[in-house]
Amino acid sequence: MQSDSNFFDEMYQDTDAPRAPYQRYHDWITAEDAAGLRRKSSEAETFFRRTGITFNVYGDDEAAERLIPFDMVPRIISPHEWTRLAKGIEQRVRAINAFLHDIYHRQEILRAGRIPVELVAQNEAFLPKMIGVSPPGGVYTHIVGVDLVRTGADEFFVLEDNARTPSGVSYMLENRETMLQMFPELFSLNKVVSVSNYPQDLRRSLAASAPSDCDGEPVVAVLTPGIHNSAYFEHSFLADQMGVELAEGHDLRIVDGRIAMRTTRGYTPIDVLYRRVDDDFLDPLNFNPESMLGVPGIMDVYRAGKITLANAPGTGICDDKAIYSYMPDIVEFYTGEKALLNNVPTWRCSEPESLAYVREHLSELVVKEVHGSGGYGMLVGPAASKKELAAFSAKLASNPSNYIAQPTLALSTVPILTRQGLAPRHVDLRPFVLVSPQGIRITPGGLTRVALKKGSLVVNSSQGGGTKDTWVLEA
Amino acid sequence: MLGKTAGGLFWMFRRLERTENTARLVDAGVRIALTRSSAGPDDWKSIVTAAGVGDAFETRHGQQYEASTVVDFLLRDPANPSSVRSSIEMARTNARLVRTALTREVWEATNECWMTLDKALSDPVRERDLPSILGTIRQQSALVRGALHGTMLRNDIYDFARIGTFLERGDSTARILNVKYYVLLPSVSFVGSSLDNVQWETILRSVSAHRAYRWLNGADFNPKGIADFLILDRRMPRSLAFCAAKIADNLGYLADDYGLRHPCHDMAEAMRNCLRGHTIDSIMEDGLHEFIETFIRDNNALGSEVERNYRFNG
Repeated sequence: MQSDSNFFDEMYQDTDAPRAPYQRYHDWITAEDAAGLRRKSSEAETFFRRTGITFNVYGDDEAAERLIPFDMVPRIISPHEWTRLAKGIEQRVRAINAFLHDIYHRQEILRAGRIPVELVAQNEAFLPKMIGVSPPGGVYTHIVGVDLVRTGADEFFVLEDNARTPSGVSYMLENRETMLQMFPELFSLNKVVSVSNYPQDLRRSLAASAPSDCDGEPVVAVLTPGIHNSAYFEHSFLADQMGVELAEGHDLRIVDGRIAMRTTRGYTPIDVLYRRVDDDFLDPLNFNPESMLGVPGIMDVYRAGKITLANAPGTGICDDKAIYSYMPDIVEFYTGEKALLNNVPTWRCSEPESLAYVREHLSELVVKEVHGSGGYGMLVGPAASKKELAAFSAKLASNPSNYIAQPTLALSTVPILTRQGLAPRHVDLRPFVLVSPQGIRITPGGLTRVALKKGSLVVNSSQGGGTKDTWVLEA
Repeated sequence: MLGKTAGGLFWMFRRLERTENTARLVDAGVRIALTRSSAGPDDWKSIVTAAGVGDAFETRHGQQYEASTVVDFLLRDPANPSSVRSSIEMARTNARLVRTALTREVWEATNECWMTLDKALSDPVRERDLPSILGTIRQQSALVRGALHGTMLRNDIYDFARIGTFLERGDSTARILNVKYYVLLPSVSFVGSSLDNVQWETILRSVSAHRAYRWLNGADFNPKGIADFLILDRRMPRSLAFCAAKIADNLGYLADDYGLRHPCHDMAEAMRNCLRGHTIDSIMEDGLHEFIETFIRDNNALGSEVERNYRFNG
């Protein structure tokens, strides 16, 4: 394989010397013929296209449905690596829920001076309407994605938290299905922990979070903005796999103080709504009055405790990158333990000394908008031209608190299959976490995103990234 | 089931049915053109009218009822909401909307049908490619139907799919009869002429029934026989009586399943009984044209009533 010794490659220690978890895969792929593998790779694309596993890219021509490229070389995680990661993730997610409960109730962490008051109070993602509201079962984020990157054998970092609406789990599931269909033999050679229970786990987890006065089997539904949403495939996929209805705002209304869906037999009340509509669009009476996607008055029903919304409104504040920079303190504050997972060192541009440092070292840093997601509006210093750097520096100066900066990490690589054979590309990992009053459940592995362009560090699907199947090996 | 989902299924299958019906009309048009030296704009005009898109056509092309213009309009034109390309696109959009109600097989067949036809119809169709493209349309829609029959539960999902199919089909057959009813009238003076034979054959081909008719009636093509076959014959899967009976059946299953009757059930039964209660002679006597127009009106009203009773839109 071509290699670049500046980066930690997860598969190869040296050229052609695989690390332990990849040993069997290495033996297998070395024995396979290259043309046959490439043929398989194009079969996979046909499969995805026919199944309609597509996403829409914002800003593209309307209705343009794209495939997220799938690379057939799996990313393999050893059992002990996973055990360690899972512990850290669980601790972090526990802290996130405690933090959310706190900032919408007594705000102890602000009183203790561990986080600046204005960072919460003036945060766009902080929802004053949630103050004093206690969600059923005390759970705020039922579904969380914690984005991890790796820089060395034992060096993992959390890159960001997705406590609002993490997406991508359908790709995790379809990637595994595709691998099982294309290479069944690989799964006899390697004992890979299954991920296929995710939809049932999700349904159980949502049902367990139903309002306490719900008797009988809770009615669960998924709320989607509709077929033009970039993640519509995932919404319908999850509703289908869970065996629940997929509703849009106009299918729902308030009947006798509860949210009910219009069915062919009349209105049926819903106990738990897995909503994939953002806070701002959820309720035109309480939030954005222009929204056509939400349900008028749903927030009042929610505050009355008559429905569970997953995730709770106002959880997006944890996705904020300035809040992220305090996460080690947040973990410590609520769990009394040191954070098991490291944060990437982060400069808050709202602080004058940090801003000065960042502007001086712009060409070495990655700068992100605090509310940004999907890789939009970010600067990768080492890859930017002089002109881009100057322009960004001016943007920074005019609105410093909108940005944070991080060192450019030497992200680990995993090989992808190219025309020239295996070639290393940078990856990250999004494990998916389910939270219910009964506990926290982490699906082994998650979604590996891979930058397909040589040298690129941007793995987002909206920016030309692809995905890989992610294996956690059985202990 | 969500009312929206029921509506999505209903329209998905109406649109799939329309995809096929439009292709069948083009096929019939092409056959007349091939078998008849005098085929001209009038024949193409009646094809466009039977497809129910006369106004849309004339807005776009005026009176240019030329073969290539009509074929392109019926197969490819995005401005024609009933063109094969528009229809399959809308069928597929509805399928995405109701994906949770479909088996993987039905969804994939529909998605593949759309991908294949969208590609096949992305450029103007050359005359010599026409037969193979019409064949592809037939084949792809048959795959969707096969997946539906082979993999779907016989529950309310299936009922709404079927009701959509047969409302569309009944409407289509009735419109073909409505355009051509005059050639079926016994009083027309040139009965038995060769011109007539072509007209009758066109009608039968438009509903893919020329061979079935021959099986049942030998070579005896006569207007009354054809009218009887297309209106009242309950063995013929595109006849008005067949469609009305199927709609009443599927609505009946829904009423049993839900334990609830709606006005649409009475309407559907009235339509079925009306077709059962007539002979072709009594229809001819009371006026063929009026009979067909009443059917089209009742069929449309039934569609709207189903939509209301099962809360497709609110």
